[in-house]
Amino acid sequence: METVSEQIITRSEILPIRTQIDLVHVRQRVRTWLSEERFTLIDQTKIVTAASELARNALEHGGGGQMEMSLLAVGARKGIRLKFSDQGPGIVDIAMALKDGYTTAGGMGLGLGGSKRLMSEFDIQSSPGAGTVVTVTRWK
Amino acid sequence: MIKLLKMMRDNQDRILTDWLDGLKASARRRDLIGDVEVKEHARKILTLISNPPPNTVLEDFSSEGWQTVRDQLMEISISRVAHGSSPSETAQFLLSLKPVMFQLIREQLTTTPDELFREIDVTNNFVDAMALHIAESYIQSRDKVIARQQEEMLELSTPVVMLWDGIVALPVIGTLDSSRAQMVMESLLQAIVQTNSRFAIIDITGVPTVDTLVAQHLLKTITAARLMGAECILSGIRPQIAQTIVHLGITLNDVVTRSKLSDAFRLALERSGRTVVQKAGNAPVVAPLAGVS
Repeated sequence: METVSEQIITRSEILPIRTQIDLVHVRQRVRTWLSEERFTLIDQTKIVTAASELARNALEHGGGGQMEMSLLAVGARKGIRLKFSDQGPGIVDIAMALKDGYTTAGGMGLGLGGSKRLMSEFDIQSSPGAGTVVTVTRWK
Repeated sequence: MIKLLKMMRDNQDRILTDWLDGLKASARRRDLIGDVEVKEHARKILTLISNPPPNTVLEDFSSEGWQTVRDQLMEISISRVAHGSSPSETAQFLLSLKPVMFQLIREQLTTTPDELFREIDVTNNFVDAMALHIAESYIQSRDKVIARQQEEMLELSTPVVMLWDGIVALPVIGTLDSSRAQMVMESLLQAIVQTNSRFAIIDITGVPTVDTLVAQHLLKTITAARLMGAECILSGIRPQIAQTIVHLGITLNDVVTRSKLSDAFRLALERSGRTVVQKAGNAPVVAPLAGVS
């Protein structure tokens, strides 16, 4: 029988998303972590961009929330997981929200779908009135 | 507490001297703010407290009668911020008044212990209220300084430079948030009119992250410049940014892009009928094409 390595969290940090300044801080912290963990420049840029999109969603649509950033290790494989949660109005039609070009706030409508393409794993939990939790992971 | 106020009036000089002595003993960084200025502040505050408008009581610092004191505290806090004092140093300035006052009350108001305790309690609360007020004012003053610096930085960080006759460039450096983007657009459009430029190069080498919001701001700026009759060239797109833009699904089909500012400049020169030639020597120069002025 092959043993499956367990996924462990080696590092974790929670950042608030309350103001525009927090968005800058989120980007900077994610970038710092990624360069410390020696992610490639391309990966760094992709992950920071996704973080920027999702954090802005949490702020503008969810009225603010937080981001939990965790460093994962499965055997020798490393990854980063970002979990954005807000207590906003939630999303009625998730499939619609993920569609490119669909926007409710006058943006480009590419934030959610774009972040999904930038990361390796993408999970969204939301229902009207219950807030939204978006979890994204990217493996090295 | 008429007695307290009268006592302060009668002993104003002594209180001032003792207060300043106490401050000198506790001050850690006397180089920040001059003794003369500290003395002046202390004297003003003491005079204002000892001579309040009628019917003003020490028990209620928030009352109308103490407005002059509050204004004076605000003024002191502004000067403290300018001198670089810390908030605790600023509050300490007022708190050092306590031991002086307590000593004086003990010496001069020889009454029942109950009354003595009440006098001390009132003095204590009053000085605390002043210290809280100055701390509050200190933060307000500093916020104002920060806001002003932010505005200045915003203006400084979006310079439009003229590269050639009819060609302007805007090197964007740092995060392009909404207020910044607005500033960038305004200064670029302004420069296009002022310099009568046909070409505008926006260089984003110094922008760390290009997400959908930044892209949207850039596209809006480019569209606006186009409406003004100028052609925009976007330059400074690094490989990792290019990949990210593709993954995000942003299409820049209508936008002329170049990876380097120099390429964008060359393109603008060519489109405006100029060409870059290498002279026989080593210095390359730009010469206008025949027939084009």
